Amino acid sequence: MNAIPPLFDVARVRAQFPILSQTVRGKQLVFLDSAASAQKPRAVIDAMVGAMETQYANIHRGLHWMSERTTDAYEATRDAAARLLNARDRHEIVFVRNSTEAINLVAHSYGRGIMKPGQAVLISGMEHHSNIVPWQMLRDAHGTELRVAPVNEAGELDMAAFEALLADGRVGLVAITHMSNVLGSYTPAERIAKLAHAHGAKVLFDGSQAIVHRRVDVQAIDADFYCFTGHKLYGPTGIGVLWARRELLDAMPPWMGGGDMISSVTYERSTWAEVPHKFEAGTPAILEGIGLHAAIQFMEGIGYDAIAAHEAALTEHALARLSAIEGVRVIGRAQDRGGVVSFTLDRAHAHDVATLLDRQGIAVRAGHHCAEPLMRSLGLDSTARASFGIYTTPDEIDVLADTLGRIREFFA
Amino acid sequence: MLAMPQPDPFLQPEDPTAAAAIAAIGEDLALFDDWMERYQYIIELGRKLPPFPEAWADDAHRVPGCQSKVWMEAEKRDGRLYLAGASDAAIVAGLVALLLRVYSGRTPAEIIATEPVFLKEFGLLEALSTNRGNGIAAMARRIRDAAAHYA
Repeated sequence: MNAIPPLFDVARVRAQFPILSQTVRGKQLVFLDSAASAQKPRAVIDAMVGAMETQYANIHRGLHWMSERTTDAYEATRDAAARLLNARDRHEIVFVRNSTEAINLVAHSYGRGIMKPGQAVLISGMEHHSNIVPWQMLRDAHGTELRVAPVNEAGELDMAAFEALLADGRVGLVAITHMSNVLGSYTPAERIAKLAHAHGAKVLFDGSQAIVHRRVDVQAIDADFYCFTGHKLYGPTGIGVLWARRELLDAMPPWMGGGDMISSVTYERSTWAEVPHKFEAGTPAILEGIGLHAAIQFMEGIGYDAIAAHEAALTEHALARLSAIEGVRVIGRAQDRGGVVSFTLDRAHAHDVATLLDRQGIAVRAGHHCAEPLMRSLGLDSTARASFGIYTTPDEIDVLADTLGRIREFFA
Repeated sequence: MLAMPQPDPFLQPEDPTAAAAIAAIGEDLALFDDWMERYQYIIELGRKLPPFPEAWADDAHRVPGCQSKVWMEAEKRDGRLYLAGASDAAIVAGLVALLLRVYSGRTPAEIIATEPVFLKEFGLLEALSTNRGNGIAAMARRIRDAAAHYA
C-alpha cells in the first residue's frame, strides 16, 4: 500500500473553493477564466468575514485595542508579501489596488519624478493595456519615448531586438510582463534584468499572471520593480502589491497625497512618511489586505512546486487535446509557457465560441484580452482563451475539448 | 444593355406584423429542446440574411459598443422603414436576422410601439449581453431611434 500522500490532490483543493460546486445553466460549472480573476478559497472568505465580525477598525491611527489588532493583521500581509517575493525588506512592499495602480504609481513617481525627458521606456509587444497606456501618458506629459520590443512567431520576446533597442543607452526603464495573459509565454526575467542593467536601465515586471503559477524571487531575478494583483492570486479584488528596491522607493516622490502618507502637515508644507507609507495615501483596503494574507498562506500551504507541476500537466494536456481538433488553432507556442491557452476556431468568431461554451456551463474569455496591439500584430480581432488554476482538472479540459468538437460542426 | 440586378440588401417582411413575427420566432425557438440546437438554428438564420453590401461594412454603419462587429442601414420606402444588417460573428448575425424579421418593413409607429423585450424573454439577450454586449441591444436601440427620426 502506498502510504505517501500525493503531492497534489486536486479534489481536496477544489473542496476549498465553495463556488466550484455551483451549477450554471443546469450544468456543472467549468471555470476556465482564472487568468481574468481567480475564485476564492474558504480561507480567504473566512479571513475577511472573520475580520468584519471580530476584529475591525481603521488602521495606523487608533490608540485603541481594535485598531491596533487590525493594524497588526493588515501589516502581517506586508510580511507575507515580502516572503512571497523574497524581498530583502518588508518596507519594500507597497500596497496598491491592483497591478494597474502599481504601474501608474511607477509611471508617476519614477517616470515623472526621476526619469528625464528624452529617456525611453521599453515595453514588449505582448503587454496588457495596463502596461502600455501609463507609459503613453508619461510620454505625452513628460517627453519620454515609448519603445516596443517585438514578439516572435512562437509568441516569445525577440531577445535580439530587445537588446538592440537598449543599445543607445537611452532606455531608463524596461517595463515588461513576466507572463503574457494572451499567449501564456513567460519572459526570461533574469536575462531581461541583466541586459537592462548592463545598459543603465531599471526593470519592472508585471507579475499579474506569473506569480499565480510559479515561484517569484525578486532578488534572484535582480528586478527593480515587481507588481501583482490579489484577485488573480485567489485573493480579494482591490488589493495588490508593488515591490521596489528600498533605495528607489526612498528616492521617488509620492504620487497621491492625503492621510496616512504624511509625517506632518502645515499649510506651508508637508513632509512625507517613511517608505512604504508615503505611497499609501488614505484608508487602504483593510479587509482585502487581510484576505490577501490568507491567499498567500493558501498558496504557500500548497507550495509552488506542486502548483507548477499540476499546471504544467494541465497545459500539456490542453495543448494536446485542443491541437487535435480540426479547425482549432492555438495562438502562441512559446517553449516556456503556463496555463493560459488562446485559440481560434476556423470560420467561427471567438464570441460565438464563448457563447456556445457558456451554454454548456464552460466559462472562457473571448475578445482582445486588453491587449489590442498584440492582437493586431497577430492579425486577429479576438481569440477565445481558456486559463487554468490550481483547481482545474484534466476532466474539465476534456469537457472543453469535447464541446469544442461539437461546436466545430456548426461552422464546418 | 442590361445591368445585373443587385439583390436588395433590405429584408422584406414575411409576417404581417411585428407582433406576429415575435410570435413566430417564439414558436420556432420552442421547436428545439437544447440550446446548442437553438443556436445552430439561429446561426442558420444569419446565413440566410440578404447579402450586406461590402461598402457598408464601415465605421459609418457600425453599431458601437461591441467586440464582435455589427453593421446596419435603414431606408424609408412608402412610409415604412426597411433594414439591412450584418455581423462578423455567426450567432450575432443570427440575432440580427431576428431583429430584422421583427422590425424591417414596418411603419415607424409600429417599430416604436414594439419594445425589444422579446430578446430577453426568449433568453437570447441575457446570454449575450454580458462581456460588453454583442451589439444586439445597441442595434435594437438604433433601429428604434431611426424610427423616431422618420416618424
